Amino acid sequence: MIRLSGVSRRYAVGDETVHALVDVSETIESGEYLAIMGPSGSGKSTLLHVLGCLDRPDAGSYELDGRDVARLDEAELSLVRRHTIGFVFQFFHLVPRLSARENVELPMLFAGTPPAERRERALARLRAVGLEPRAAHRPDQLSGGERQRVALARATVLDPKLLLADEPTGNLDTASGRHVLEILEQMNAAGLTLIVVTHDPAVARRARRVLVLKDGRVVYRGSGAQIHEAVEILSAAENGA
Amino acid sequence: MRALDLLGFSVRALRGHRLRTAMSLLGVAIGVAAVVTLTALGEGARRYVLGQFAAVGTNMVIVLPGKTQTTGAMPGMGGVPNDVTLDDALAVARGVRQVEKMAPMVVGTETVAFGERRRQVALFGSSHEALEVRRLSIAQGRFLPPFPWDRGAAVAVLGSNLARELFPGTDPVGQVVRVGDWRMRVIGVLAPRGQQLGIDMDEVVVVPVATAMKMLNRSGLFRLVIQVRSHAELESAKAAVLRLLTERHGEEDVTVITQDAVVSAFSAILDALTMALAGIAAVSLAVAGVGIMNVMLVSVSERTREVGLLKALGAGRGQILAAFLTEAILISSAGGLLGLLLGWAAIGAIVTVYPALPAAPPAWAVAAALALSVAVGALFGVLPARRATRLDPVHALAGR
Repeated sequence: MIRLSGVSRRYAVGDETVHALVDVSETIESGEYLAIMGPSGSGKSTLLHVLGCLDRPDAGSYELDGRDVARLDEAELSLVRRHTIGFVFQFFHLVPRLSARENVELPMLFAGTPPAERRERALARLRAVGLEPRAAHRPDQLSGGERQRVALARATVLDPKLLLADEPTGNLDTASGRHVLEILEQMNAAGLTLIVVTHDPAVARRARRVLVLKDGRVVYRGSGAQIHEAVEILSAAENGA
Repeated sequence: MRALDLLGFSVRALRGHRLRTAMSLLGVAIGVAAVVTLTALGEGARRYVLGQFAAVGTNMVIVLPGKTQTTGAMPGMGGVPNDVTLDDALAVARGVRQVEKMAPMVVGTETVAFGERRRQVALFGSSHEALEVRRLSIAQGRFLPPFPWDRGAAVAVLGSNLARELFPGTDPVGQVVRVGDWRMRVIGVLAPRGQQLGIDMDEVVVVPVATAMKMLNRSGLFRLVIQVRSHAELESAKAAVLRLLTERHGEEDVTVITQDAVVSAFSAILDALTMALAGIAAVSLAVAGVGIMNVMLVSVSERTREVGLLKALGAGRGQILAAFLTEAILISSAGGLLGLLLGWAAIGAIVTVYPALPAAPPAWAVAAALALSVAVGALFGVLPARRATRLDPVHALAGR
């Protein structure tokens, strides 16, 4: 379970201070499927980075499975990222010189998993996303959808509790985007907490719950079925209201 | 993170940009090759010189006419220094108890002829004792017989090359050769010996000292070589010889040197030379280190996104530091090994061209060059690696 209370994050950009997150309080249950929407600069990426322990709040507390992770030091944070959180990015972020299997093995490399076990687990994950036959291919030999599925296998290879996806379909065609979403949702159905940042209502409407951020504040909470309300709020925000 | 995995990860990263890796590796290799080759040359020079002295024997006191050091005497008052004569030599033999054996030496140039064959060689006038004092050995016949130094005799011992050239295929012992205007009977041939303190002992004719002085029209000796009974008596022997000759000549007009002093002076000079060469070569290693740093900085900024990703995947700072440091050390130590090979090849080439120079890198130089190359990688790799660990993952993932 995730509990954010009064989380704020500021950046200094030149002489200006940008309030990326302002007093955000939110509780996210284990196994939830949450979409975060918002216009660019609304703070949705910052929220994702804070949730993923890549960024720290300036104020407020962030409780992850009962631990206040905002107070952990750098070494403890890297352990939390390794074992509790999985990341999927818009641009896949595969290491180009490594094969699909070796990319999936990366988190286990840092965990010190023995090679034989590493290989076996990586292949099992690739099988789960339908890519075992392509295990030896390098990223530049894979299609966009396949790359994102490799990234998914990598994100979940150490069985995290929380999967954070930043525009996971943003760089994919509709068919492979849907395939990736289906895999994400299967994992969610198996108990993984899934948080997706997206600007695509078609993606967000599949989530059980939707948050809309504007200027660092949560301005709307609703269910995926009520996505039209969220879209109205968004378009109002983008029209400068 | 397992050590082998760390190594594998770094090797893969280096293979990603082979040319760049190879170039900075070559920089280290040249540095290490320079250290190894230059110290080998310095060491070779030292061994060569020490070998020359060892060939003459240890426990040596050498007397030469003339004073090389300044004294308190008025300039011009000393005049031409007195010769060191055969009488002086005999007096030393009688009066200095530390003397075990001694050989007088007179050196000049003469033509040796047998029939139509003639060769211009060094004439070496000495005595029976020279065989032991100068560490010579006889191949055929015998050396100068033991008889009083002031007695001449028309006998000669030939160097090995000279004997072969004057008497190809025949036995020279018992034959009569002409040395200058003198007819002399060959009584022996020296075993091959090579260079000895600047005289090629294979191209020499040895005659009794009194005969040589007559032939060359000399009244004094070139050197008096004294073998002292034991190493411990070297200094006291030197003082006694100097005292005796000063008394006989009425002034201090000879120079007495010990083999030890000469050897240690040469050794110290050549050691300093070797160190200086190594130091100069080490500078090139430092330059190679800067090259590695440059390559690693480029690598870190090219792989900013990767570093961000690794952090997101849960790599600790220590692991990222280790990964980049390993790359730098891999470049530098591989360069070090390549440099050793290059150095050995260069030394091999030098030895082939100059076989007389026993050039070989001292063990300390090989060890130091390798250790230094690893240290260079670690030292110059730290800055780029720290830079990688300090990247903010959020910015790094965005490629900023």
